Amino acid sequence: MTATPDAAPILLEARALSYYRQDEPVFGPLDFSVRAGEVALIEGDNGSGKTTLLRILAGLLHVDDGELHWRGRPWRREEHLGDTVFLGHHLGLKSDLSARENLQVAAGLYGTRCGRHVDGALADVGLAGYEDEPVRRLSAGQKKRAALARLLLLPATLWLLDEPYANLDRTGIDLVNRLLAEHSSSGGAVLVTSHGAVSFLHGEPKRVRMHA
Amino acid sequence: MSHAPLAPACAAVLRRDLTLAWRRRGDIAMPVLYALIVTTLFPFALGPEDALLQRIAGGAVLVTMLLAMLLALDAMFRSDIEDGSLEQLMLSPQPLALMMGMKILAHWITTALPLIIIAPLLAGMLHLPAAVMPVLIYALLLATPLLSLLGAVLVALTAGSRRSGMLLALMLLPLCVPVVIFAAGAVAAAQQGLPWLAPIAWLGAALAMALVLAPLACAAALRIALDA
Amino acid sequence: MANWIPLWVHKLSSPPNFYRFAGTLRPWALVLALLLGAVALYGGLVLAPADYQQGDAYRIIFIHVPCAWMGLFIYGVMAVASFISLVWRIKLAEVVAMESAPIGAAFTFITLVTGSLWGKPMWGTWWTWDARLTSELVLLFLYLGVIGLYHSFEDRRQGARAAAFLAIIGIINVPIVHFSVNWWNTLHQGSTVRILGPSKMSSEMLWPLLTMMVATKFYYIASLFGRVRTDLLSMESGKDWVRQIAAQESQR
Repeated sequence: MTATPDAAPILLEARALSYYRQDEPVFGPLDFSVRAGEVALIEGDNGSGKTTLLRILAGLLHVDDGELHWRGRPWRREEHLGDTVFLGHHLGLKSDLSARENLQVAAGLYGTRCGRHVDGALADVGLAGYEDEPVRRLSAGQKKRAALARLLLLPATLWLLDEPYANLDRTGIDLVNRLLAEHSSSGGAVLVTSHGAVSFLHGEPKRVRMHA
Repeated sequence: MSHAPLAPACAAVLRRDLTLAWRRRGDIAMPVLYALIVTTLFPFALGPEDALLQRIAGGAVLVTMLLAMLLALDAMFRSDIEDGSLEQLMLSPQPLALMMGMKILAHWITTALPLIIIAPLLAGMLHLPAAVMPVLIYALLLATPLLSLLGAVLVALTAGSRRSGMLLALMLLPLCVPVVIFAAGAVAAAQQGLPWLAPIAWLGAALAMALVLAPLACAAALRIALDA
Repeated sequence: MANWIPLWVHKLSSPPNFYRFAGTLRPWALVLALLLGAVALYGGLVLAPADYQQGDAYRIIFIHVPCAWMGLFIYGVMAVASFISLVWRIKLAEVVAMESAPIGAAFTFITLVTGSLWGKPMWGTWWTWDARLTSELVLLFLYLGVIGLYHSFEDRRQGARAAAFLAIIGIINVPIVHFSVNWWNTLHQGSTVRILGPSKMSSEMLWPLLTMMVATKFYYIASLFGRVRTDLLSMESGKDWVRQIAAQESQR
C-alpha cells in the first residue's frame, strides 16, 4: 500500500470519542482521522470496543461523548447514510434468497456504483456459477464473499469492515486485500477491525488503537 | 454519487419480503389453519345451536382473526434482526419510515389477506347470515391493516429485548380494544338491521391516521429499541 | 430574567442532587400522607352520614375514587417524564417514569378491587362491563405492558426508553379507549347504574374525599422518591457520589 499524501482530504475525524454502556466506559476517549485513500486498522483485544466503534461510525449507535466529523462537518446520520457501507458479524444476507437476489435488494436500497452490475460483482468475488443458489446452501466462506460483493456494488466512499478476514481461505484473504487496495486507490477509505495482533493487511496501514 | 431513488427502493423491500414469504409458504398457512381450528372449537364448546352461534359469529370471527394475526406478528422483524439485514435496511439512505411501511404492507398481504379470504368460510361455519357477510369483510378490510400497523410499532419496540410473545399480547391488548369494539360493533349493528356505517367510518378514520403515524412511530421505536 | 428555573431544574436533575433532595423531602411527604389519610378515613368512615340510597356501602368511594384519580394522574406524570426522557435523554426522567409505573398500577388495581367490592352489594355482581370499570382494566393493562417491556431488556436504559415510547403511545390511546368503550356500552345496554353523580355529594362527604385525594398525592411522592433513590443508587453504583454515601453508611 502506498503512503497517502497528507494533502488528501480528511473524510472522517473523531475527537475524544467515548462510549458508555450502563455508565461503564466501553472505550475512549479516542482521537483519530481517516483520509481519502487510507486503510486504517482498528487494533484491540476482545471486548475492547472495536465492533462498538464501527457500529457508532456506521450510525447504528448513539455517540455519548466527543465529536465526530464527516467531510469536515459535524456528523449527521442523514448526510452520512449511503456514503458508508457496514459489514458486521451478521452479514445481512437472507438465507432463503439467492446471492443475486440479496444483492439486488442492496442495490435497490443503496443504488449502484457507476458501471457496476450484480453479476459482475459476484463474478469478481469468485461466486460465478453460484448466483442462483440460495445463500443457505453456500459455505461460510462463500457467504462472506457474497457479502463482500456488496462492497463492490454499492456506491459508498467509506467501508466499515468488522473482521473481514474471518472464515476466509488464503485466496479469500487475498481477495479482501485486493478489494481494499482498489478501493483506496480510487479515493475511498476503509476502517478494518482485527482482533489481537493478527492482521492480514499488506504493507503498513494506519493504526487506531482502542487502548491508549 | 447518486443516491438510489425512492420508488425502486420501496419495490425492492416489498419484493424481498413477498419472495421470502413465498419461499416459506408453509408459514403463511399457519395463521389460517389456526383460525380454522379455533373457529371449529366454538360449536363444540357452546353447543351446535344455530341461534346462539349466529349471535356470537361476528365477534368470534373477529377475535379469532386478531389472535391469528398476533401469532404471526412476533416474526415480523425477528429473522431480519438475526441475520443483520435490518441493520442494512436502517443504514440505507432511504426514509426508514417508508421502508417500514413497505414491510408492514408485505406482512399484511401475507398474513391478513389469506385470513380475510377464509373469513366468509369461518363466518359461515358459525351461521352468520349471508346479508351480514359484506359488512364483516368491510370491517376486516379496515381492522386488519390497523392491527398490522399497531402491531408493527409494538414489535419494533420489543426488537432489542429478549423475545416474549406474551408481552406482545399484553402490549397489544389496550391498543386493539377500540379496533375490536368498532369492528364487532359494525357487524352486530348490521345483524340487528341497524345502520352500521358509523363504526365502519370510525375504523376508516383510525386507519387513515395509523397509515400516516404508525410507520413513523415504527421507525422511531426501532431506533430506540436498537439504540441508534 | 427567569433563568433560574431551568437552571434549578438542570441542577436538580443530576442524580446526586436529586438523591439528596428526595431524601430530605421523603419523610415529610410520608408523614403528611399518613396524617391526611387518617383524617380522611375518620371523616369518611365515621363523620360522614350514610347515603340515603346505598347505606354504608358507598363509603368505599373514599378509597375508590382517589385511587382512580391517582391511576390516571400517575399515568400522566409517567407520560410527561417519558417524553422528557426521550427528547432530552435525561436519566432522572427515565427513572421517574419507570418507577411511577408500578405505583400507578397498584392504584389502578386498588380501584378495580374496591370497585368490584362496591359492585357486589350495589349491582349484585362482582364484575360488570361498565364503561368506567372496563377503562380502568385497560389502563391496568397499559401499565403492565410498560412494566413488562421495561424489564424485558438487558440494558436498563434501553428498556426505559422503549417503555417510555410505549407509555406515550398509551396516553394517546387512553381517550380513544374511553370513547370507544362508552360507545360500546350504549350499543349493548347493560346493567349500568348511574350513582356517583357529583351533584349529590354533600360537603360532609366531599371534604374527606378531597383530603384523601391530597393524601394519596403525598403518598405517591413519598413512594416515588424512595424508589427513585434506590434506583439511582443501583444505576450509578460505580460513581464517586455513591461510593461516598456507601462509605458514610458503613461508618455508622
